[in-house]
Amino acid sequence: MVTIVPYSHVLILAASLFVLGAGCAIARRNLIMILIGVEIMLNAAGLACIGAAMRWQQLDGQAFVIFIMAVAASEVGVGLSLIVYSQRRTGTLDADRYDLMKG
Amino acid sequence: MNIYAVIFYVLGAVILGATALAITRRNLMHAIVYLVFSFIGTALLFYLLGAPFLAVLEVVIYAGAIMVLFLFIVMMLKSEPDHLTLGLRLRQWLPALALSGISLIVMTVFVLQAAGGSGPLPLVMASPLEFGRFLFQKYWLGVEIASFLLFVALVGALYLGRADGKTGS
Repeated sequence: MVTIVPYSHVLILAASLFVLGAGCAIARRNLIMILIGVEIMLNAAGLACIGAAMRWQQLDGQAFVIFIMAVAASEVGVGLSLIVYSQRRTGTLDADRYDLMKG
Repeated sequence: MNIYAVIFYVLGAVILGATALAITRRNLMHAIVYLVFSFIGTALLFYLLGAPFLAVLEVVIYAGAIMVLFLFIVMMLKSEPDHLTLGLRLRQWLPALALSGISLIVMTVFVLQAAGGSGPLPLVMASPLEFGRFLFQKYWLGVEIASFLLFVALVGALYLGRADGKTGS
């Protein structure tokens, strides 16, 4: 039987991608880059799901990727319109400058 | 190590490199184009892992729709240069790097120790027909809920994006 790689290697690749996305969401200050970090994390989760579907030969993992994609698409739509809205109100995209409630 | 394993590792390296370049770019435009590379590599990986339909969806939705939406927003909004000194930038990145590194090491150790992770992946392919039948037989309610979620997101985006955005309560 032809095999590809152990499942753990897929999981490690997905974990590295997830950590890259999380680091982007933590460290960057631009709102658009924070949203991109969330996108990378969702993509990594989908990769882990597809690897699991292949490991156990069940299609449930692939079905979940459909839902992950739906959530990612709606999240991006609402998130980007929120970004445009707050940029209109405050004139900046820098997350550190949203300090209206500072005493 | 057969040809599929080589393809897997090369694609993995390309994806990780493109993502690492994307999250460190100062210019948003460059970041998004690197990310398109990363998503197309992921789509190829999906194909290799036996999900051809999801590979097509990945190209259409992630690399196509979502990234083009990001591009349009970046073009629409005035980008501002950041005035961070090197010290401030390091103070921003060091905690993130430390936390990410620690979690990555813990995850790697855990994955390598855990049972069930060591099984090799067989080379099989789920045809789109089979996948569609499965999805609509077992998860039809989830599909309906996902469509409703997309509808709500559409309404929310329309509401937030009105031309007179300041009149929202």
